[in-house]
Amino acid sequence: MTLDISRDDALELLRDMIRIRRLEEKSAELYAKQKIRGFLHLYIGEEAVGVGALHALREDDNIVATYREHGHALVRGIPAGEIMAEMYGKANGCSGGRGGSMHLFSRERRFFGGHAIVGGGLPIAVGLALADKMKGEMRVTACFFGDGATDEGEFHESLNLAALWKLPVLFLCENNRYAMGTALERHVSDSDIANNPPAYGVPSDSVNGMDVVAVQRAVHNEAELVRETSEPRFLELRTYRFRAHSMYDAELYRTKEEVEEYKKQDPIEGFQERGQSDGLFTQADIDAIEADAAKEVAEAVEFAEQGDWEPVETMTRHTYARDLS
Amino acid sequence: MTSYRDAVRTALQTLLREDPRVFFMGEDVGRYGGPYAVSKGLQEEFGEERVRDTPLCESTFVGAGIGAALGGMRPIVEVMTVNFSLLALDQVVNNAAVMRHMSGGQFEVPIAVRMATGGGKQIAAQHSHSLENWYAHVPGIKVLAPATVQDAHDMLLAAVEDPDPVFVFEHQMLYGIEGPLDTESTPPSPWRAAIRRAGKDVSLIAYGGSVHKALTAAEELEKEGVRAEVVDLRSLRPLDRDTIIESVSRTHRAVVIDEAWKTGSLASEVSAILAEEAFYELDAPIARVCTVEVPIPYAKHLEEAAIPQVDRIVAAARRSVVGG
Repeated sequence: MTLDISRDDALELLRDMIRIRRLEEKSAELYAKQKIRGFLHLYIGEEAVGVGALHALREDDNIVATYREHGHALVRGIPAGEIMAEMYGKANGCSGGRGGSMHLFSRERRFFGGHAIVGGGLPIAVGLALADKMKGEMRVTACFFGDGATDEGEFHESLNLAALWKLPVLFLCENNRYAMGTALERHVSDSDIANNPPAYGVPSDSVNGMDVVAVQRAVHNEAELVRETSEPRFLELRTYRFRAHSMYDAELYRTKEEVEEYKKQDPIEGFQERGQSDGLFTQADIDAIEADAAKEVAEAVEFAEQGDWEPVETMTRHTYARDLS
Repeated sequence: MTSYRDAVRTALQTLLREDPRVFFMGEDVGRYGGPYAVSKGLQEEFGEERVRDTPLCESTFVGAGIGAALGGMRPIVEVMTVNFSLLALDQVVNNAAVMRHMSGGQFEVPIAVRMATGGGKQIAAQHSHSLENWYAHVPGIKVLAPATVQDAHDMLLAAVEDPDPVFVFEHQMLYGIEGPLDTESTPPSPWRAAIRRAGKDVSLIAYGGSVHKALTAAEELEKEGVRAEVVDLRSLRPLDRDTIIESVSRTHRAVVIDEAWKTGSLASEVSAILAEEAFYELDAPIARVCTVEVPIPYAKHLEEAAIPQVDRIVAAARRSVVGG
C-alpha cells in the first residue's frame, strides 16, 4: 500500500520524528553527564503518535499532554533550545526552570502542559473544552494520556462528563502497553482499551501508532468530527516505548526479545523505507534532515548551556499573581 | 437583616449578573437549589449552562473548573462538604496550586471553590470535619473562612475577582445566622484579620464557626471582670500575622480556638507564630481549644463534647489570666 501523501508532507512528518529522536538521544546522553537530573521519560519509539497527531490538529486547538511530552512540545513549536534549557533547569527554559522535563508549557501555543499525575490532565482538558463551548469557540481540546491513565477514576469521570455535557474533547490514548512497569494485561480487566469509552457514549477507535500517516489521518478525522459535532471522541494509538520508563528503570518487567521485536516496527525506519520505495524522498533527503536535526540539537544544547540560573531570591515568584508577604 | 445563606446567594447573583465569564457548578446546585439551599432559584434565573448540576465526581468537576479557569472563564465550584472535597484534593494540590509556578508564570487558575465545613448537626464522621488547615498548608492557593453575614458575601466576590485559586470555607452551622448586609460600601480586604471585640486581658483567636463561640465566651468572661479581645482570622492563607501579633502584644495572653483537631492544626500554626515572633510579649502559656482527637461522633452529647464549646473557651481563658 502506498503512502498517498505529498513529498512535502512526507518530509515534514519525517523531519519532526527525527527531530524528536535526536533531541531525546542527546537528552539521555546529557542525563548520563548529569546535566539533566530528576525524571527523564523518553518518547523514543512513540514518535509517530505525537507527530501524526499534532500535524492533524490546528494551531488554535488546545493541547494537554503527559510527562512524556518532549516530542509534543517540540512539534507544537516550542523551540528545542527552550525545551533543553528547561531540562537543564535554566531560567531560559520554557517553564523558567520550575517545571523540568515533565512540565513543559507554552501559553502562546496553547500547550497546557506536561502533567505528571497519571490521569490528572483529563479533567483539565474537559474544563478547557467547557470554556470553549461556553464562549462559542470552535476549538478542539486534544488530551494525551497513556494506557495506565485508563485505570484511574478521573479517566472514567472525564469521559462521562465530556459526553454528558457534549464537550469538544479528543481523548488520545497513547497505549504503549505498560503502565510504568505493569503490562496492559496485568493492569486492565479488558485490555482492548477502546472497548471502554462507548459505555459512556463516546465513540471510539484504534489506530496503529507506529504508522505516522495512519495516525495523522485518524486524528484528523476524529478531530474534525469533534469540531463538527462538539462532542467528545476517543482514539487509541497503539505504540511501544523502546527505552526504559524513565532513567531509573532496570526494565525487569519485559524481555529484551520483546523490545527487539517491537523495534522492527520502528516508526522512523519504517517510514523511511516506505517513503523511499514510494519515491517520495531519497536517502539524500534523509541525510539533509539528519544534518538539520543535528544542528538544531547542538544549538539547543548551546542555548541551555548559555542560559542563566534563576536566582534563589526570585524562587517564590509565580507562586501567586502578587507576592503575599 | 439577612441570613448568611442569602448573603452567599446575593454574591452569586451579583457575580453571575455582572460577569459573563462567571458560571457556578456543583452537586445539586441547580434544580435541587443547593444542599444548604444557598443557590435556590439561581438556575431559574441564569439557566442550566451557568448554574450547572454536576455528576458526583468531585475530582473531575473541580478539575474541569480548573481547566475552565485556564481557558478564560471565572468558575465558581461548590463542593458539598469538606469531607467530599478530599476526592478533589489531587486536582487542588497537584494542579490548581502549582500551575502558575510550574509553568513559569504563563498560566493562571482564577477559580473560586466554596464548601461547607465543620460539625454541630449530628451528621457524624463523614460530614462534620474541619480540614481547612489541609488547604491552608499549600502554597499557590488562598483560603478564606467567612464568619459573618457580611464576609459570606464579600469574600465570595473577592474570591472570584482574585487571579489565584481561592477556597472559601463556610461553616455549616452559620448558614442560618442573620446579620446586616451592606452591598454598597467598599469591603475591607479579605486577607486581613478583624478584631470582632476589643479587650485588654486575653486574645481569643478564632475563625469561622468558632468566632461566635469566642464572642459568647468573651461575654461570659466580662461578667467575671476579664476583658477578652476576639480576633477573627478571616483569611487562613495567607494568615494575617501582624494583626495576631498586635493583639497579643496588647493583651499578653492568647487562647486559640479551632474546630480542627489540635495535631497539625491552624491553631498550632498561630501558636507557633506567637512563640516565634511574640514570645517576649506573653505573660502566660499559649492555650489551644480544639476538637478532641476522635472522628466526630453522631450522638449529640458526644459531638458537643468533641468540638470546642463556650465553656471550654472560658475555662482556657480563665486559666490563662489567673493561672492554675
